[in-house]
Amino acid sequence: MNKLTVSSSPHIHTSNSTQRIMLDVIIALLPTAVAGTVIFGLGSLLVMGVCVATAILSEFLFNIIVKKEQTVSDLSAIVTGLILALNLRADTPWWQCMLGTVFAIIVVKCLFGGLGCNFANPAITGRIFMMMSFASAVGGGAVPSIVEVSSSATPLELISGNKAGALPSLWDMLLGLRGGAIGEVCALAILLGFAYLVYRKVIHFETPLIFVGTVFVLSLIITNDLTLSLYQVLSGGLLFGAVFMATDYVTTPITRTGKMVFAVGCGLITVLIRFFGSYPEGVSFAILLMNILSPYIEKWTAKRPLGGKKA
Amino acid sequence: MKNNKLSILLRGLIAENPVLVLVLGTCPTLAQSTSVIAALSMGIAATLVLVCSNMVISVLRKIIPDTVRIPCYIVVIAGFVTVVQLLMQAYLPDLYKMMGVYLALIVVNCIILGRAEMFARKNNVIDSALDGLGMGLGFLLALLAMATIREVFGNGSFAGIEISFLADYKIPILTQAPGGFLVFGILIAIVNKIGPKKGAEKRKNFSCEGCPSASLCGKVSCAENCELVAGGEPDAADTKKEEGNA
Repeated sequence: MNKLTVSSSPHIHTSNSTQRIMLDVIIALLPTAVAGTVIFGLGSLLVMGVCVATAILSEFLFNIIVKKEQTVSDLSAIVTGLILALNLRADTPWWQCMLGTVFAIIVVKCLFGGLGCNFANPAITGRIFMMMSFASAVGGGAVPSIVEVSSSATPLELISGNKAGALPSLWDMLLGLRGGAIGEVCALAILLGFAYLVYRKVIHFETPLIFVGTVFVLSLIITNDLTLSLYQVLSGGLLFGAVFMATDYVTTPITRTGKMVFAVGCGLITVLIRFFGSYPEGVSFAILLMNILSPYIEKWTAKRPLGGKKA
Repeated sequence: MKNNKLSILLRGLIAENPVLVLVLGTCPTLAQSTSVIAALSMGIAATLVLVCSNMVISVLRKIIPDTVRIPCYIVVIAGFVTVVQLLMQAYLPDLYKMMGVYLALIVVNCIILGRAEMFARKNNVIDSALDGLGMGLGFLLALLAMATIREVFGNGSFAGIEISFLADYKIPILTQAPGGFLVFGILIAIVNKIGPKKGAEKRKNFSCEGCPSASLCGKVSCAENCELVAGGEPDAADTKKEEGNA
């Protein structure tokens, strides 16, 4: 009766679990969530609550309906719901939040086989779904409730000349006193979460750094203006996307080189859409497109074992 | 015999629905299902062409040389599409404008060419007409189902009539291309779930009739192949299990 378990390497055991990693991401998201609530008022709490609750419920029900093992306890649904909520405006109607979350969880994640099998980041796809459905839910227009802001347009809309108004100062941009989605405005809170994730070794610092760096350098080349390039870095969902969505384990390359290629590609597409595309913001499309390219990047950058044949 | 005729007619509705089971004619389905009226007119026009072309091709099935059959079918189909097009232009100019290029594109609709190739060239005129009618109605049904979902939830209206309580709850993405693919996929999933369970059988039934490489294949039917695979698999699995045990 004594069983000898024979398994292939690696044999090193770690206490790291999906649950622990997801918990770390949730902790890292908290400063952003708090900042968003302070800046936009209690409406943002409602959006976050609806999204998280819908995310848990839809994954729970889906698993029951298709008779799959219950996966709610790995906390990934909460992370998806929270990230999606932070990508929305504080005054998004509740039914739109629910619809976007159901789409993200059921269509993007569960239908492809659950966590680990989805080819695209659920939150980013949910954001794009809502951007195309309800243009106002994701884009500009939200007014911070704690300060007087002359214009409700997001800085990116102002820069691209779609809407008129004065740009907020760079300092305000850093603190998040500007129009935009709940989670994307407060750069300081995002950086706090970034530092925590890097400290906990949940993510590598390269991807966000290279992503943002690429956008900065390309903006500098195109505009030839330091201030404008800094605005490009601080505005829109760039920082939030780079830290929390371009670092998703499932939908980005595993190899270090692959991650770098991924980040450069994200930055390039973001800049191209921002400067030459019809949408003012391109981060979500950039990440989604690079998600789709991830398997190819991985294949291209696969490590060759010592003495192994060329792949 | 009568029962047989009825089954030919009914087959196209669900069991072999051209859009949702055979996955033919995807382009007009996605493009013309944004509104119920467009879907209805597209479905009726395609059904008319399908019935007529099936009948004519069935009549001519002994005359058309095998090697040039596809061009011949296309000439026949294009003839009927032109008739429908001119009739619509004369009597229903608004609808004609709304359908635009998709009316002319019925010529290359896979359902019509597919039925000519798979059915009309081997069966008599009455059967072919019934098959065309059934398949056409199946196409119409699928289009209507998709258009209803997309228009009601995407635009808050049905056949152009506003539904007041949905006015604030529109989901515009459904009327765009991504929404079309989404609804299409979900409908296929539903039909797969509730439709007749065939599994591997389905492939057998298609056999060599519509297979483009039938002349090169050399097998009498794909059923032969299926049996080989079905017979071979359990053995392989058994061997593996034994190896595992050992």
